[in-house]
Amino acid sequence: MIEIKDLVKKFDHAKVLDHVSFSVKKGEILGFLGPNGAGKSTTMKIITSFWPSTSGSVEIDGINVDKDSLATRARIGYLPETVPLYDEMTVAEYLKFIAEVRSIEKDEISARIKEVVESCGLKKVLHRPIDELSKGFRQRVGLAQAIIHKPDILILDEPTTGLDPNQIVEIRDLIKKIGQEKTVIFSTHILSEVSATCDRVIIINNGKIVGEGTPDELTQKASHKELIYVKIKGEIDKILEKLAQLENITRVELVDSEAEDINGYEIKGRHGIDLREELSKTIMESGWSILEFNRKSVSLEDIFRELTK
Amino acid sequence: MDKKYFKTVYALFKKEFQNYYNSPIAYIFIGIFLVVGNWLFFNTFFMVNQASLRNYFDLLPWLFLFLTPAITMRLWAEEKKSGTIELLLTLPVTDWQVVLAKFLGALLFIASALLLTISLPLTVSSLGNLDWGPVVGGYLGALFMAGAYISLGLFISSLTKNQIIAFILALSVSFAFFIIGADFVLNGAPQFALPTMKFLGLGSHFYNIAKGVIDTKDVVYYLSFIFIFLWLNTKVIETRSWK
Repeated sequence: MIEIKDLVKKFDHAKVLDHVSFSVKKGEILGFLGPNGAGKSTTMKIITSFWPSTSGSVEIDGINVDKDSLATRARIGYLPETVPLYDEMTVAEYLKFIAEVRSIEKDEISARIKEVVESCGLKKVLHRPIDELSKGFRQRVGLAQAIIHKPDILILDEPTTGLDPNQIVEIRDLIKKIGQEKTVIFSTHILSEVSATCDRVIIINNGKIVGEGTPDELTQKASHKELIYVKIKGEIDKILEKLAQLENITRVELVDSEAEDINGYEIKGRHGIDLREELSKTIMESGWSILEFNRKSVSLEDIFRELTK
Repeated sequence: MDKKYFKTVYALFKKEFQNYYNSPIAYIFIGIFLVVGNWLFFNTFFMVNQASLRNYFDLLPWLFLFLTPAITMRLWAEEKKSGTIELLLTLPVTDWQVVLAKFLGALLFIASALLLTISLPLTVSSLGNLDWGPVVGGYLGALFMAGAYISLGLFISSLTKNQIIAFILALSVSFAFFIIGADFVLNGAPQFALPTMKFLGLGSHFYNIAKGVIDTKDVVYYLSFIFIFLWLNTKVIETRSWK
């Protein structure tokens, strides 16, 4: 549905995008992850024909965005990072304006407005001027604007920034609901958002794609970096010695200390081996006691930090 | 160029035009335009003691010179500042459609302000025998003149994010175009440059039309002037290279 090949964008001489290629299938929700300034917004601006690319191509349903941008723009609903609202209009006027410019048939306009007002929860503010709205409502009006023409593709640039936790959950649910029938690309730098909403994640840094996969795949890829944390009551030297002898353990490290004989250790095992049983047996058999035991699974956060370092 | 093309222009135009009446600038503009225009006109009207609007139409270009940049300064600058430009230029519309809509919106706004001055010729004609020819010409010329100022100001607004800069630049460039054909400038100019300068000047063409003589030369001049700056405007928008 969206096919991006070798996309390059230069500003003066700074390369903001460096040969980015990826594709998005129909009905997929793609999370675009990366630190600020990584090139997420730039990619979106090129897909939506706001900016031309320096080289490379973007195709939507086989149509090149440079060659027939009117056709591709008609298929896309776009919510830029700065929500583009005309403050002096009311919500109803604004949505009507978008519907008219998008050439929605006259007798269909009010039905469409009703539809998006309902799905975005705008009923309460429909006749209020936009500059009186809270940030959460502004974001929702922006989203309503992006789906009013029933686009196949929805591009949302950081749709949840600046919202409070409740609003974030609301918008996320809305995206999920919309994503059931549409292709969605949305960018964020909040990682929990990605695992909560996306089918697939692309991690981008310094204009390059540095990681790609489903949230689970990405977590698995990094699972060999799994760590076990145990707090053991017993003599430090003996514990360190004993644990180091175990075949499957590659590293033992003393990380904290509660009392002289109560200490926390971080233990790293060989790739793909579940250490927990062996570890607990060994400790008990040696006559020490386990006060705390947990597996530190690698979060998306760690992967993100590692990939974008 | 089909029906759908102009339907889209109309939708954009409607928003532009309605926006004027949503902001205080429109009312300030019309207020100043009417008060200053009427006051300056009637100041001399009774001294001259002639049933003619000649003085008023002599004044108009000067009024427009200051007032149209105030209208055009925000047209692009504001969209850039608030980020709505990103919406506008990713909707399925061409750059020409957007530029045309903005131009027509501003033109209709000025036309509506001009319409409110109709009390002037009505008053004058009740006082004496008014020749309506120059009045019609004057209004027509005023519209052409406004169109020229608007297209120039719109183009300048597309170059910057800052409304004040847009205003000052538009005012200065409009002024330059206006006086380049004026008599006192032509007196000091070298002989060979005279015809070009006279042709380029916005003012001289206006006074021709305002006399009631509608010459194709003047009409073509205004239409080309408007077209060139609208075209330049689409080129600026096309590059998306503002900061």
